[in-house]
Amino acid sequence: MKKLAKRNGNGHNELDFGKAWDYAPAPEATDHVKIAPRYELFIGGKWQKPLSKKYFDTISPSTEQKLAEVAEADAADVDAAVAAARRGYEKYWSKLPGAERAKYIFRIARAIQEKARELAVVESMDGGKPIKESRDVDVPLAAAHFFYHAGWADKLDYAFHGRRARPLGVAAQIIPWNFPLLMAAWKIAPALACGNTVVLKPAETTPLTALLLAHIVQEAELPPGVVNIVTGAGATGAALAGHADVNKIAFTGSTEIGKRIQRAIAGTNKKITLELGGKAANIIFADAPIDQAVEGIIKGIYFNQGHVCCAGSRLLVEESVHDVVVRKLRDRMATLRLGDPLDKNTDVGAINSKMQLQKIKELVKAGEDEGGDRFSAPCAIPQKGYWFAPTFFTGVAQSSRIAREEVFGPVLSILTFRTPDEAIEKANNTMYGLSAGIWTDKGAKIFWLAQKLKAGVIWGNTYNKFDPSAPFGGYKESGFGREGGRQGLSAYVELE
Amino acid sequence: MTLQVPSHSKKHFGAPSHFNPASPPVDQIAIEERVAALAKRSIKKASKVSGLRLTVAMMDLTTLEGKDTPGKVRQMCQKALLPLDRDPTIGPAAAVCVYPNLVPVAKKALAGSKVKVASVATAFPSGQSPLPIKLDDVRRAVELGADEIDMVIDRGAMLSGDYRKVFDEIAATKEACGAAHLKVILETGELGSLDTVRKASEIGIAAGGDFIKTSTGKIVPAATPQVTLVMLEAIRDHYHATGHKVGMKPAGGIRTAKQALHYLVIVKETLGDAWLTPDLFRFGASTLLNDVLMQLEKERTGFYQANEDFSKD
Repeated sequence: MKKLAKRNGNGHNELDFGKAWDYAPAPEATDHVKIAPRYELFIGGKWQKPLSKKYFDTISPSTEQKLAEVAEADAADVDAAVAAARRGYEKYWSKLPGAERAKYIFRIARAIQEKARELAVVESMDGGKPIKESRDVDVPLAAAHFFYHAGWADKLDYAFHGRRARPLGVAAQIIPWNFPLLMAAWKIAPALACGNTVVLKPAETTPLTALLLAHIVQEAELPPGVVNIVTGAGATGAALAGHADVNKIAFTGSTEIGKRIQRAIAGTNKKITLELGGKAANIIFADAPIDQAVEGIIKGIYFNQGHVCCAGSRLLVEESVHDVVVRKLRDRMATLRLGDPLDKNTDVGAINSKMQLQKIKELVKAGEDEGGDRFSAPCAIPQKGYWFAPTFFTGVAQSSRIAREEVFGPVLSILTFRTPDEAIEKANNTMYGLSAGIWTDKGAKIFWLAQKLKAGVIWGNTYNKFDPSAPFGGYKESGFGREGGRQGLSAYVELE
Repeated sequence: MTLQVPSHSKKHFGAPSHFNPASPPVDQIAIEERVAALAKRSIKKASKVSGLRLTVAMMDLTTLEGKDTPGKVRQMCQKALLPLDRDPTIGPAAAVCVYPNLVPVAKKALAGSKVKVASVATAFPSGQSPLPIKLDDVRRAVELGADEIDMVIDRGAMLSGDYRKVFDEIAATKEACGAAHLKVILETGELGSLDTVRKASEIGIAAGGDFIKTSTGKIVPAATPQVTLVMLEAIRDHYHATGHKVGMKPAGGIRTAKQALHYLVIVKETLGDAWLTPDLFRFGASTLLNDVLMQLEKERTGFYQANEDFSKD
């Protein structure tokens, strides 16, 4: 005889993801981590006090506790850093053969591997991301980017089919707070491999791993001025991007700031690459492996609390499987563990900053006001720190703010489509064009669709997979230029 | 003109039916990623102890060898009743699993306890005998006192597309079981792909299996976390559709406490609390128990104890 379980109001047989058998706390140890009380600016191979005489606090978003204070570079400090980079370029780096540059870059890569545990812990403390992500994604990929680009340093003559690649000079690099160490690696590794020197500005909420990277650069005995790291907020970034003596600007961040930088350098001969926002479509067809596609939705939007420019934040699901996908997604979200980023079982960490949390809340409210049906994972929210439960909206229209604007948080908008053509139309109906995902059991459909999607990165039956050999970058307001792969090198060279 | 499909037609390419379900595709790479992610759960201290105690209670202690004797089975039954002599709060195991001839021995040794006697039947392990012989095998095992029957599906029929034969044999076996619980062994190590594992799971469930089970233990690979996840997903979809809970038994190849905890994590995060019970989840194993006991003793005392401190029955 069949036992019939209780049904809820929707007619679903509910699963109970409770605490019949729960995991004990498994916090990663922090005793091996040394965070200095104060960090200066890393200019010309030395730690220098800021001319501004100003410092700002960097806090842990999961505890709101101060971790360290960090120098705030003003225009004069930026000037000193650019001058150091120029000296480093002219005196040392431009004179070294590629094979010699490679040795230094390999050293950095190995040091990142050796210090992987410390870097991962600091990344999670300063930025709020779960330790399993910083340990298994951010830090190994950062090392991989240095290894990969070290390999190119003496092979640039073979990268561009008979043309000679010359370095540009000094690169100004401004990176965001979502993947602090990894973005530093994406920026620094190709620049150095191609023979440029750099001034890097990490985000003001997450400067610590870039500063640990400065220590690694020091220990690797790079010539002075080849890598300079200046900390600060928007004004520091503006001073760096607008500096007359930089040859190249590489910026990853919001579309708004990207546009501002582009306006500021109009009429100059500076080269620029911008990697900006996104509102990616993650497209699920009825013939997809549904349970695995649900994993892909989770990975696409809740990875790193949704602080991912290529996040799959717009779910386009074929209408015939909408209900089953939503039900499975709700079940899966009940197993997400939100909390202490340093706990090895944490799936969703803290929102990076108070400001970002406010922005997420504002957009979620807009989603509610516009009539979207909200579901948030049933997880307990810690008292201290900045948190937002993984959330999705159903009944979202293309015109809704949460379907058009980048939330940059763990918030998914679910829309439906009826035919492949409608899926393409809706996927491309955005000002962004960074990434997309396609889920179907039919290989030919993936390739057919990929040709029609206006997105720089397209994943088939997977999501948020990165590799240093795969170029990454966007269309439309997601920016231009590519990072990674042979294509990424061209952003850091002049071809003869 | 209407196309007549002869009722004796072997292959069924037509509309989905109970014996040829329209199973969703399974993505092997994504399944592997998911089980690897679940292997990263850190199970420490109190959760390790309670997980391992649960593992003991979910165990079908198994011996399936030509050289099995009443003496061997009696000793295994004793181990099932009291896995660790110095701690009677551990155990008992859920069941012992033996060949039909040894069912009476086990039944007697376990009399008065709640430990069940499971018997393999249906021309185990190959299943390559005529159906009447297989059904007779089942009826005899039940008559001899088996509480649970572990049958094998006809993998030849499964792989040749004769899903109706697979379905009908399971349904007939279920009928032959009477009140005994039926576990349907898919022998996933012979099915070749996760898509086939999924389809076989659905057929096993639709034909009346109380449990679906991965393996006989006679084929390598036996149970893997990958096939277990796929089977749990089939159980989940069936539950959502009908409210009926089917049990799951990975068997064979699970030798360490660490592996067992990985399986428990997969169950917890796929089907939730309701399945974290011996009524709906079992481990088929012969050597797992002592490693679990060793880990439990290590948690209790802080030290690993010698192999010889654990009885080998």
